[in-house]
Amino acid sequence: MMTPLFKYGLFGEEFSLLVAFVLGLGFGFCLERAGFGSARKLAAQFYLYDMSVFKVMFTAIVTAMLGVTYLGWLGWLDLDLVYLVPTHLAPQIVGGLVLGVGFVVGGYCPGTSVAALATGRIDAVLYALGILAGTLVYAEVYPAIKGLVNANAMGQVTLPEVFGLPWGLVVFAVVVIAVVGFWGATRIERWLGSRP
Amino acid sequence: MNQRPPSPYTNPYLAGVGLGLVLLAAFVIMGRGLGASGAFSSTVSWLVNLVAPAHAQANEYMRDYLGDGSTHPLKAWLVFEVVGVAAGALLSGLLAGRARLVVEKGPRVSTAIRLLCAFAGGMLMAFGAHLARGCTSGQALTGGALLNVGSWAFMLMVFVGGYAVAWFFRWQWR
Repeated sequence: MMTPLFKYGLFGEEFSLLVAFVLGLGFGFCLERAGFGSARKLAAQFYLYDMSVFKVMFTAIVTAMLGVTYLGWLGWLDLDLVYLVPTHLAPQIVGGLVLGVGFVVGGYCPGTSVAALATGRIDAVLYALGILAGTLVYAEVYPAIKGLVNANAMGQVTLPEVFGLPWGLVVFAVVVIAVVGFWGATRIERWLGSRP
Repeated sequence: MNQRPPSPYTNPYLAGVGLGLVLLAAFVIMGRGLGASGAFSSTVSWLVNLVAPAHAQANEYMRDYLGDGSTHPLKAWLVFEVVGVAAGALLSGLLAGRARLVVEKGPRVSTAIRLLCAFAGGMLMAFGAHLARGCTSGQALTGGALLNVGSWAFMLMVFVGGYAVAWFFRWQWR
């Protein structure tokens, strides 16, 4: 059987909404389990005494990346049918910077704020209202900043394609970087944790 | 709500594997990753369309989320996914005794200032996420696993931006 199931017409739009809810359940459950319903836990990443954000994020990335890689090699998943957000370097670099600042100022990102407000964090409610307000402002100024948003159009492109490297080599490199990163992150946590 | 002390958080690597498997399931079942910020775009477009339909339908950004009017703007994949995120988090929080009404902040900052920062942070986040075509979920996590070029550039810059200003907002937490 070939996957993605939806792309092979195994079910329709209506059923996909139920799938969305169920996947969201798992997503939200894992976020809260990891402690990402707490702004203090999330913000700690930026003060280095608790690097859970990095550890959880990179473990998830490595898990899913290895998953699609092996399923692709087995011929069970057609990776070309998995949607890639198109690359536009300038707006994604600027957007990343702005989002990083917003993360530190507000203590959440959109997904974690939903997990936090669902578990009663009042600051996360304000944060989500801020996202709604910011989205409204963005929609209003969109015509004026459209040039930046659509700059550097590179299409749907992956790191192996851009650097002309084999997929497997890049996957291996990301795993090595993650493992070295986990080791380093734990060292930093211990170092900062041992200081008064 | 809960009298017993909250359970400790799950080991980050275990939680990460769980999250990665959910993401992998999204790739395999749907052919797309997870997300969050898009649900907020749908919500805003729907709300503005209720209050000022002509204005919403004339706006280039909101028009995309409203569609041709044949379906409800909230009948969108990411909206259903985000409702699931809230339900899943609540379930986990209740099971662990962590669901309670509280403002997350350090001891040195007033509640009003913390709430103001949360709102401002949300506004900045919205701007960044829409500029980048996705947030930590739709870009960093999803695109990271797919080795998407823009997602890796974005993810790197999130950490750069965060660490660059972290020191100035230290008083919020410690």
